[in-house]
Amino acid sequence: MWGILRRSAVDGGGFSASSLRRTRFALVSARSYAAGSKEMTVRDALNSAIDEEMSADPKVFVMGEEVGQYQGAYKITKGLLEKYGPERVYDTPITEAGFTGIGVGAAYAGLKPVVEFMTFNFSMQAIDHIINSAAKSNYMSAGQINVPIVFRGPNGAAAGVGAQHSQCYAAWYASVPGLKVLAPYSAEDARGLLKAAIRDPDPVVFLENELLYGESFPISEEALDSSFCLPIGKAKIEREGKDVTITTFSKMVGFVLKAAEKLAEEGISAEVINLRSIRPLDRATINASVRKTSRLVTVEEGFPQHGVCAEICASVVEESFSYLDAPVERIAGADVPMPYAANLERLALPQVEDIVRAAKRACYRSK
Amino acid sequence: MILGRSFEDMCAQMYYRGKMFGFVHLYNGQEAVSTGFIKLLTKSDSVVSTYRDHVHALSKGVSARAVMSELFGKVTGCCRGQGGSMHMFSKEHNMLGGFAFIGEGIPVATGAAFTSKYKREVLKQDCDDVTVAFFGDGTCNNGQFYECLNIAALYKLPIIFVVENNLWAIGMSHLRSTSDPEIWKKGPAFGMPGVHVDGMDVLKVREVAKEAVTRARRGEGPTLVECETYRFRGHSLADPDELRDAAEKAKYAARDTITALKKYLIENKLANEGELKKIDDLVEEAVEFADASPQPGRSQLLENVFADPKGFGIGPDGRYRCEDPKFTEGTAQV
Repeated sequence: MWGILRRSAVDGGGFSASSLRRTRFALVSARSYAAGSKEMTVRDALNSAIDEEMSADPKVFVMGEEVGQYQGAYKITKGLLEKYGPERVYDTPITEAGFTGIGVGAAYAGLKPVVEFMTFNFSMQAIDHIINSAAKSNYMSAGQINVPIVFRGPNGAAAGVGAQHSQCYAAWYASVPGLKVLAPYSAEDARGLLKAAIRDPDPVVFLENELLYGESFPISEEALDSSFCLPIGKAKIEREGKDVTITTFSKMVGFVLKAAEKLAEEGISAEVINLRSIRPLDRATINASVRKTSRLVTVEEGFPQHGVCAEICASVVEESFSYLDAPVERIAGADVPMPYAANLERLALPQVEDIVRAAKRACYRSK
Repeated sequence: MILGRSFEDMCAQMYYRGKMFGFVHLYNGQEAVSTGFIKLLTKSDSVVSTYRDHVHALSKGVSARAVMSELFGKVTGCCRGQGGSMHMFSKEHNMLGGFAFIGEGIPVATGAAFTSKYKREVLKQDCDDVTVAFFGDGTCNNGQFYECLNIAALYKLPIIFVVENNLWAIGMSHLRSTSDPEIWKKGPAFGMPGVHVDGMDVLKVREVAKEAVTRARRGEGPTLVECETYRFRGHSLADPDELRDAAEKAKYAARDTITALKKYLIENKLANEGELKKIDDLVEEAVEFADASPQPGRSQLLENVFADPKGFGIGPDGRYRCEDPKFTEGTAQV
């Protein structure tokens, strides 16, 4: 039991899904022993990341709607106002274009703002600043003015919030040169990537997911260290496999891992890649995996046309065509604005069954 | 001001000769506003402008050579040819752009002013830098303008909002597009003083500017200054300028700030014709310099997209692409 725990903690600080189950089981029985891994919600992971970066660098400040006195619309910035005061945690009026531009201007002048959008749907009111004044500035000024800003907030569908609150913006922002776009899944991803984003000298769009905020994940000691950062641009192989490669990001990683379990019962070994970074996309890892398995299924929650999956499929077809044994599969959200009714919403988003069906199709196992 | 005027006239010539291209927006006629405000600022104060930014950059201290080379798209330009006419950036002179979207510069300027306050209050540095945001009458109907007036007054930021009201937004007259055309009145609605000044008289503009800048430096907050001015040329070099009345143009041409100030200087024996002629030579020299400068190399295409070039991601060999020495050497494959 101890051996399993120690081995998992040592290999790269991450937990793959299969060792996860084993260690959870081991944890329960090992509770009487000291140490062992902790669990952390994504919310706490994000909060601790922002907190640590703010205490390490006085130029980091937080601004957004309800981030201060309300403790954060989703409680991500809880406690920060009390700790750092109103000069570093700004409750802004409802002026996305205004305060995003102000954040960009502050970044031009040398500060490091962390701008929160209550949801990324609201970022559309500020998208001119994210793209034109933030992403393009380092280029337009030939390196004179860089913009060390982070735009963060929940992205994608929540539960029953309707069409105007459910869009996924990964594809939109990831198409812009000059931006870095990150999408964490687990608590460790959230901590490591947010810390890396805040320290990064370029504008970073950090896409969280509201439904993941409350989920708990085991977290290693290494990830709890205040200097823990994950590299931007590197995907993570959540589960090794040899029959089909399934790539995804954010909330869908959980669904794909469940699908992988189901596929394993039917004898299909799926390799699950958690992209973590949408721009830059880790094409090297994806292609290496496809060259190993010869089959690709890409999964995302957003709209299908011109999505992240489309880019991955194109990349794989361009670089690993002769290795493919089956057509590449794309599973994305339905090509409709998100409906409200619970059953329709369920139909509009990829579910575990859809992923399983697609993987089986790729393996020529469906009827 | 004369530098600005000669420079802009030279730009028009160069454009029609094919040396400059794209969108070029000239500032002829409005020089009093730029000079009146920017000559009161220190090097560490910031200026944010719109696409009509050549003269703002020159006033702030960017050399005529650097601006002309930038317009020609040469590597010796202030942004190495990557910005162009509408995106004049200079970190050294704190010229924070050059923005093509109207209203885009206002929040950025407000952010720079915010940083000034933050540096003083949180980082405990000795900082009394002010920011001046220049924009036009058309921008005053844009949402971002009001959002920033609100926030600047709310936090008492050291910023001066300067409206260069030249009465025309391309072909849309200010009077046709605005419910209340007196822009200075919008300041008090947000809790800041609104001032109207004759933007064709540089000495009057300077008086108002002095007061606004001192107010901002003392920490008393923002000011909205509306400068009534006029552009003698069209909106851009592609604008045939047919909608504006000849009589209106003549009226403002008679109030040309340069002729007025020249008369004043010569009458009061503060300068003579010879000294003023030398400024024209500066512009000639800038053109020669720009002409002689090389175009950017191919490898510059991929440079400066990111401050941290690891943003280009990991290449097929598993290493970061930017670590490959061949990455920006003449290849545009990404």
